Order: sequence, then structure tokens, then C-alpha cells
Amino acid sequence: MFAYIVRRVLATIPVMAIVALFVFSLLYIAPGDPAAVIAGDQATPADVERIRASLGLDRPFLVRFGEWVFRILRGDLGVSIFTNLPVTRMIAQRIEPTLSLMVVTLFLAITIAVPLGVVAAWKAGSWIDRGVMAFAVLGFSVPVFVVGYLLAYFFALELDWFPVQGYTPFAQGVGPWLSNLVLPAVALGGVYIALIARITRATMLEVLQQDYIRTARAKGAGQGTMLFVHALKNAAVPIVTVIGIGVALLIGGAVVTESVFAIPGLGRLTVDAILRRDYPVIQGVILLFSFVYVLVNLLIDLSYTLFDPRIRY
Amino acid sequence: MERRSFLKFAAGAASVPALGGGLSAPALAQGAAARTLRFVPQANLANFDPIWGTQYVVRNAAMLVWDTLYGFDSKLQPQRQMVESEEVSADGLTWTFKLRSGLKFHDGEPVLAKDAVASMARWAVRDPMGQMIRAIQNELVAVDDRTFRWSLKQPYPKMLLALAKNNSPCSFVMPERIAKTDPFQQITEYVGSGPFRFVKDEWVPGAKASFAKFDGYVPREEAADWMAGGKRVMVDKVEWVIMPDPATASSALQNGEVDWWENPIADLVPLLKRNRNVNVDIADPLGNVGSFRMNHLHAPFNDPRARRAVLMAMSQEDYMRALVGDNPELWKPLPGFFTPDTPLYSEAGGEPLKGKRDYEGAKKLLKEAGYDGQPITILVAQDQPITKAFGDVSADLLKRIGMNVDFVATDWGTVGSRRAVKTPPSQGGWHVFHTWHAGADCINPAAYTAIRANGDGAWFGWPKSEAIEAARDAWFAAPDMTAEKAAIDKLNKEAMDFGLYAPTGFFLSYQAWRKNVSGVVKAPIPFFWGVTKS
Repeated sequence: MFAYIVRRVLATIPVMAIVALFVFSLLYIAPGDPAAVIAGDQATPADVERIRASLGLDRPFLVRFGEWVFRILRGDLGVSIFTNLPVTRMIAQRIEPTLSLMVVTLFLAITIAVPLGVVAAWKAGSWIDRGVMAFAVLGFSVPVFVVGYLLAYFFALELDWFPVQGYTPFAQGVGPWLSNLVLPAVALGGVYIALIARITRATMLEVLQQDYIRTARAKGAGQGTMLFVHALKNAAVPIVTVIGIGVALLIGGAVVTESVFAIPGLGRLTVDAILRRDYPVIQGVILLFSFVYVLVNLLIDLSYTLFDPRIRY
Repeated sequence: MERRSFLKFAAGAASVPALGGGLSAPALAQGAAARTLRFVPQANLANFDPIWGTQYVVRNAAMLVWDTLYGFDSKLQPQRQMVESEEVSADGLTWTFKLRSGLKFHDGEPVLAKDAVASMARWAVRDPMGQMIRAIQNELVAVDDRTFRWSLKQPYPKMLLALAKNNSPCSFVMPERIAKTDPFQQITEYVGSGPFRFVKDEWVPGAKASFAKFDGYVPREEAADWMAGGKRVMVDKVEWVIMPDPATASSALQNGEVDWWENPIADLVPLLKRNRNVNVDIADPLGNVGSFRMNHLHAPFNDPRARRAVLMAMSQEDYMRALVGDNPELWKPLPGFFTPDTPLYSEAGGEPLKGKRDYEGAKKLLKEAGYDGQPITILVAQDQPITKAFGDVSADLLKRIGMNVDFVATDWGTVGSRRAVKTPPSQGGWHVFHTWHAGADCINPAAYTAIRANGDGAWFGWPKSEAIEAARDAWFAAPDMTAEKAAIDKLNKEAMDFGLYAPTGFFLSYQAWRKNVSGVVKAPIPFFWGVTKS
């Protein structure tokens, strides 16, 4: 097991290297010029050129790439072109809201979607099953920002239960922290709930046809024990895999959700940086997201051993 | 349904409960200090050096933190601000300025003449008027702690205008150690002597910026009037809350989570106006001038006849309605280049933009200019509502006059870099892009970069016309208002005949604030002095 973990961690190095090369090259060839944004609309071409030179953006690709790689190897993601702040500090300022949003969304999604999928499979073909599947289709089809606006209307403006926007740090209390996160998490969780519920239902339907389920039933196991102990555990591997893959959905969805609810997280940082062509920030955030994705999938792979004793690394 | 339409719907739905008297603010908002004014600015404050980065949002924030030697009042006249008195020699070559006593920086250090000297030296490198002064400068030196002298090789009658103007970059005064930073490098310390101090620890670029009242600020005796007069601060703190989504900002304002929104989009204004807890009014009476900018380097727009063809076919009403809708309060036709209702406004030579639009005449002119059906590359930034609206109208206009449109839908960042490319459009260049100029920049030629016609040194499109440049020089040398007006009439006519660029109209925008906030003024910049919150 330990050797496997080491192998997997080592395997992330080439993955991250490829991501780094890809991100840097893509930004290099992408149109856009941070110097023009900094200089403002009234600046002359000469002003823009001087700012570009002062930022070192006029140097050859290899020189800039080499410097960037060298810095990264020392754990330095560079300094934002615009704010002059270290990228690591900017990420640190923004990571808590995004992490909070993802954790609450994951919690909501798993606690809602898995039981829904199980019940849908158990009552396959019934109105409950159709209702759950209709809900899943809606979850897939309605864009996050639409759900976000509707939630804000009903639960913030109409009922006055939650604030419209913003984020309160966890350190200021669980209540205020959660109050700012409920609506964004529900908005973001829609598609995730749909995904997990569908895969849970499909996997459970398959498992419920297995001989060992018939045996459990014959032995007099209760519905709850049969569904959640015998069946769900055997259906867990594909569900957990989808949860892991879905982290990418969460990252993408966080960008929109954070904009709609004005949450100062990494998603908004990424969008702002892309619009301004703040290369060091874009590179830093994408590297971080890639790393998180790789890490989550490693954890998912390791979790298989908990659900299926036949799997050994 | 397009996302923008949905925003309108969502915000509309959000306004329904507000019709019945508005909603109480949520507990979180109620907990906020009543003495903190929460403001949603036009854009993210991504950097905070008003000389290095000249975006308007940086200038607006800098106005809180750094003071200026002079400031424009609402009559667009320069008034003393940090300066107590000035003296100009009889030959107009030497200006001597004396600072007010008691001025202090936020770090407690007194403001000295050497600070003003270093600040003006840095500003003069980046500012167009500053560059003119620098070109004729003999010396800029501190005489004593409160006095500095600027001696010139030739008179510069617009000196006070240069030091007072609100166009970016403004002549902000910083401590000498900060002002000595290369003007093309960003400063790292944000110490000023303005009425607010910047709370750097609370700055989260893209999310929040805080400005605390500076207790050591010494306001002038006069009443505040835009950048001039006594800048008396009535709140403890101003928090800028960055909200990229207009529907969210609208809901937050209605819900009392923010107090003042700088630029509500036109679609949401009717909803805000119906909320009895919210005031809505014109933000900046100087408004904006829309621009259809042509590349003078490449055919067909290297021929003035092709540029004039655009002018004679262009319907400014189409552009303005696409942008602001049916509200006639928000736009005016602009058969000229200067801001309407300001002293130098001129319609001289503006006939091509008046009356019935002449598509046939335009086609004929294009033919005379040798247009042969080549693709016309229009860069249209889709992420800016203004340029998107203009781009759509322009595509239709050019097709109507028989042009083959190559519509490049892109983002503003890409337009910003591609417009600097001088190669032919088929090799990565361009024919047309759209932008807009703040009306405050277009009240005279001083900071009006887009009106220059000095070829390679000119703004994007690189127009070259000695007649336009001569008229501009005549304005700078004009000794009185009569001479200034004559120079501007000449400039406007020459620019119109030459087809310097095609103005797409003059438009205004709104601002909105909660009714428990008072003292909000109409101005090109959101001024926070004199603003109270109950």
C-alpha cells in the first residue's frame, strides 16, 4: 500500500510538469496583453510598450519559461502582474471560501444524492423513481447561475433567510459562515446531486439483481440493512469514482457560483486573472486546481480498499 | 434565453417584494457598522498605483488616499487644494507654488515641497500634459519646506489645468521615497495625505478594498465641490465591495447589504427606481463619448473618403438605443468630438452626422476610395456591454453600405492587445474597434488622447493630420476663452472632415444608493467626502 502511494505521488510529478508546460504555452500563444490593461484605455502605444518591457513580457518564451519553472521548483509561484502581491498570498486569501463552498456542496450532495439514488433503485419504475430521475434531469439541465438567481430571490429577498452575497470566514462563527454558504452550495450542488443520484441508482439496480442480495433477503435481512449495508457497500466503488471525477465539475461550477454570490474565492480569482491576462496568477491557480484534482483521485483510488476488500495495492 | 435577459428577469423578480416596502436587511448586514459605507465600484481594484496604472477605477480609489495640488470643481475650473498660493512670473516662465500648512501624510510625516516635486516629476513622465510641461521644463525644485518652483523654457498657460484635471493620471502627491519609484514600475507603499487611508491588510484584490477615515486630514475651509474645497469625511470607513455580477449587486443594494452602486446597468435601473429604499440618478453629467475607431494605416480607411462614408451613413440613434434602450434621458446625438454642455462643445463640421442617413452616398464614396469588397475586420469585445452593442450595430451599418464584414467576436483583453498591431488586418491587424471615452476626458484636448493626429505617436488607428495637430496646438496657446473656442471649432471641423474617428453618440449612466445615504453628488468620480449614512 505504502509503495503504491509513493508510486502514485511520484506519478503526479510528470502530470504536473505536463500541466505546467501546457498552461504556460497556452498563455504565451493566447491573445491579450496585460500591459494594455494596466496602461488604461487612454494610454499611447509607446506607454503600453514600456510597461510591457518593465514587466519582462517582451522577453523570449524560453527565458520566461525557464525562470518560471525555476521559481516553481523553489515553491515560488511568482508575483501578480497587477497587484504586485505574491500569487501564494493571493491564493491563501481566496482558498478558504472556495474550500468551504466545495466541502459544504460535497456534504449536501452526498447526503442528498446517495439516499435518493438508493430509493430510486429500490422503487425502480415507480413514481418515486421517475420523480428522482426528473429531478436529476433538471439538475443536469438548469445552469448553475439560473438556480443561483432563483434561490437568491426566494430565500434571500423573499424570505430573508440568507444573505444575497458575500462570505463570512469560519473563524467568525459557524452560523454566519454557513448562512453565506447554503444558497451557493445548493446552487452548485444541483448538477452534482443529479450526477451522483443517477450513478447510484444505476449501480444499485445492478447490485440488487445479484445473488447475494437475494440470499440476504432470504435470510430475512430488513430493507434498510439490505439496501444500505449489503447493496450500497457493493455499489460504492463506481459512486465514489464519480464523486471524485465530479470534483472537476465543482471546480468549474465554483467559478460561476462565486460570481453570482460574490464569494471571494479561487474561482473568481481565476476569472479575473484570465480577463486581465494576469499570467502568474492564472498559472498558479491552474497548477493548484490540477494538483487538487490529482490528489482527490489518488484518495478516491485509496478509498476503494475500504469498500472492496478484494482490491489491494 | 440569453444570460443578460435572464439577469433582467432575475433582478426583476427580486424587485417584487421590494415594491411592498422593501425587505429588512439580513442579520449579517444589520450587524455591520452603521458608520461603514459599502460601495460597489465599476470594476475590480486590481492594482493601486494611479500613475503606473491609469484605469479609472484606480484613479477613483486613489482620489480617497492621495490629495492633489489643485482640483477641478463642478464648473470645471481648477481650484487650489493642497496649494495655499501660487505665483507666476510676468513672462509666464516661472511658477512658484506654496503648500498649505499642516498637511500630513498617513504615516504622520509632514507633506513637504520635496514630496510634491518628486510626485510631479513622476506624474509628468506618464501624463500627456505633464509630458508637454516636461518637454519645456528648465527645472522643478523645492525652494523650502513648503515652496517649490517650476521654471519653463516657454510659457505654459494651461499649468493649473494640468495640475487640477481629473483625467487619469491625476497629479497625486506622494511621499518623496514613494514618488521616486520608476513611473513604469508599480509602487508598493500606499501612503498619501488624502482624507482616507488605505487599509492594505484588508485589501483582497477582486473582492474588497477598505479605506479608513484619516483623522489627521486638514480640509480646506470652503465647501466641497468635486475635487476642490473641504473634503470632510462623515463616515469612519468606506468599503469597496467588488461585485462582477450586476444582478447580484442589484439584489444586494435592494437588500441593504451594500449602500451605493456606482454603475447599475441600464436594464436594471427601472427595477431599482421602483424600490422606495433606493435612489437612482445620473452618475456623471459629463457622460461618455462612444467611438467607432478606424485604422488609418490600411485600406480602405487609409482614405478619408472611406472614413467619411462611415460618418454619413452612421445613425448615432441606433448605437445609443442599442446601448441604453428607449430612455431619451440617457443619450444625445453628438455631431462633434467634445462633451456636450461643456464650454468648448462644438458642432463645427458636424453635418455628416446630422439629418437623414445617406447609404447610397456612402457606397459611392467607398467606390471612389477604391474599396473592392475586401473583408473589413471589426474587433468586438463581447465581455463589455458597450462594445458589444456598438459592434452589433456597426456590423449592420457596414453591411448596409456594401462592406464585407469580418466580425471578430473576442474579449476586451484581446482587443487591448490586437489594436496595437499595425500589420494589415489579414496579418493579425484590424480595421475597426469600438471603445468609449469618459466625457471628462473630452471637455478639451488636454487629456483627449483619441483626438491626436500625430501619426505614429497618435492613439490606436494612428491618424496623421497636420491641420488637426495645429488646431490642437492653437488651443494650448490660446490666451482666453474666445481664442480657445475658435481653436476648438477649427479642430472639430478638421477632425470631422478628416474622419479622425466616428463618434457613435453621447451617453450617460446611472448610479444608485440607499435612501439612508446622503451627500452623493453627480460627478465623473464617486466622491466620498460629504457623504453620510444614517
